[in-house]
Amino acid sequence: MKIVVLVKEVPDTWGERYLNLETGLADRHASARVIDEIVERGLEFAISWAAKNPGTEVIALSMAPVEATTNIRKALAMGADRAVLVADEVLVGADITLTAQVLAAALTHTGYDLIVAGDQTTDGAGGVIPAALAELLDLPLLSRLASIDVTGDEVRATHISERVTLSLSASLPAIVSVTERFPDPRLTNFKGIVSAKNKPLEVLSVADLGASIDVLGSARAILTDIEAKPPRVAGRKEVEDADSGKRLADFLKQNQLA
Amino acid sequence: MATDNILILLEVTPDGHLAKSNAGLLGIAAGLGKPVALIVTSQDDAERLSNAAAELGAAQVLLADDDSTSFVTPSVDALEGAYLATTPTAVIATHSAYARDVLARFAVRMGLAINVDAVDVTRDDQGIVARHSAYGGTYNVTSAVTYGAPVITLRAGVADARAVAQPVAAEKLLVTKSVRRSAVIDAREVSDAPVTSRPDLRGADRVISGGRGLGSAEGFTLVEQLADALGAAVGASRAAVDAGYVPQSSQVGQTGVQISPQLYVALGISGAIQHKAGMQTSKIIIAINKDETAPIFDVADYGVVGDVFTVVPKLLDALAAADS
Repeated sequence: MKIVVLVKEVPDTWGERYLNLETGLADRHASARVIDEIVERGLEFAISWAAKNPGTEVIALSMAPVEATTNIRKALAMGADRAVLVADEVLVGADITLTAQVLAAALTHTGYDLIVAGDQTTDGAGGVIPAALAELLDLPLLSRLASIDVTGDEVRATHISERVTLSLSASLPAIVSVTERFPDPRLTNFKGIVSAKNKPLEVLSVADLGASIDVLGSARAILTDIEAKPPRVAGRKEVEDADSGKRLADFLKQNQLA
Repeated sequence: MATDNILILLEVTPDGHLAKSNAGLLGIAAGLGKPVALIVTSQDDAERLSNAAAELGAAQVLLADDDSTSFVTPSVDALEGAYLATTPTAVIATHSAYARDVLARFAVRMGLAINVDAVDVTRDDQGIVARHSAYGGTYNVTSAVTYGAPVITLRAGVADARAVAQPVAAEKLLVTKSVRRSAVIDAREVSDAPVTSRPDLRGADRVISGGRGLGSAEGFTLVEQLADALGAAVGASRAAVDAGYVPQSSQVGQTGVQISPQLYVALGISGAIQHKAGMQTSKIIIAINKDETAPIFDVADYGVVGDVFTVVPKLLDALAAADS
């Protein structure tokens, strides 16, 4: 059994995040970068499943600049068996379909029985890569999951959206996307960090994948303009007194909000 | 473009109504061309939903049968059929769990580029462009596609535009079922519509949110009281959710819901960047917090440094007095 977890490095949401106003790309040097927390939940599922099912290989797969190696190692420290990073200058600024095509080629390279992704990462919140991969690889998609159960070559899972809960099933290979309903990820410990150093981390270029990916010849989404919004300016600020409540009510009325 | 059809995938709620987000979707589409609405539904609901879609501005309605056992793919097949039948200038749907899955599969299948989580869709001299609000509203980003019809998901509740009602023009769409592998839906459970009369957090005009400053789930009822007095939705900071005062579905922030209501009231919320990323594009922000250095005051139009448990009851009294 081979489980591939899609790992994405994102700017930490607890700090300020920046886009480069010349290129429109995420400024990777301006903010701390971490593995997205939804991805860590996916890793946690894969690693704990592997612990209970000997003979399972967990592979962390990422597409990112080569600097992301440090964070990919964290996936290994958590317990993934090996990692594959697709890093290639030609992928800078890749849109969704190009990203999906590259990941699909990388998944074909690694092989897979089950692909685990986060439902939506915190940077772009696109939430479309799992479905795009399902279409490219002709896999059943089980998205937005609250829980998952893999037995033999069958996956059963619970899909949640605003008011609907669906019980889904599919035979492997399949792709699943996990939500925040999945258990918290484990913390990495010293032993894990040490062992991660000896685990294989393969860095591949697009050419290494051997797939014919037409970067420019296909329909692509492009950024045409970017501007930083002027920061909000603080308005009036007062210390509470007996009339604060009344003044707030008046303020709401003046603005037709009460 | 000869026709300028704008193909919209409408979303149907579990109890068989058009989702609220569809009104804005049709409003946006009407500003770009002729709104052609695809509805994937059971035959029983088809006529009623067609009428509702026309009322919201759909110039043409295409109906495809819902297959209640395959997950996502029947809607993708229907969208493919609708696309081939109407050769639209753009394909747009709400940035919801359902439409994200459908549009991503559809875009890849048709070799089209996809732009997600737009807050507006407009036209410039080059064609259709999507506008996005990135990193919690810190940046305005505009995107387009190199060629082909753009496939766009639109954030729920952001479109103010509304289309004028159209005469009903509905027709059945013939869909060729694809042979793509799909998960099977073994059971479906629909939770009742919330019994509360409060509006949904997404798309609400007014939102009252509470943070750790409320101290407990009991304390959090103060947030609900103010929400009810103002006809507002209830939100929360991640700290309040993590502390268990409210369910995660109420979370406003980068890892929760991102909203831009007319009014946002932050009670006992410090205003971590995480939280601000979900609400700083609100029109008017009011903050009440004991800590005068709380970063929430940096984005507030009106800040009160004080105790929510004394300020809010007085505010409620003042609102009640004004009503009587």
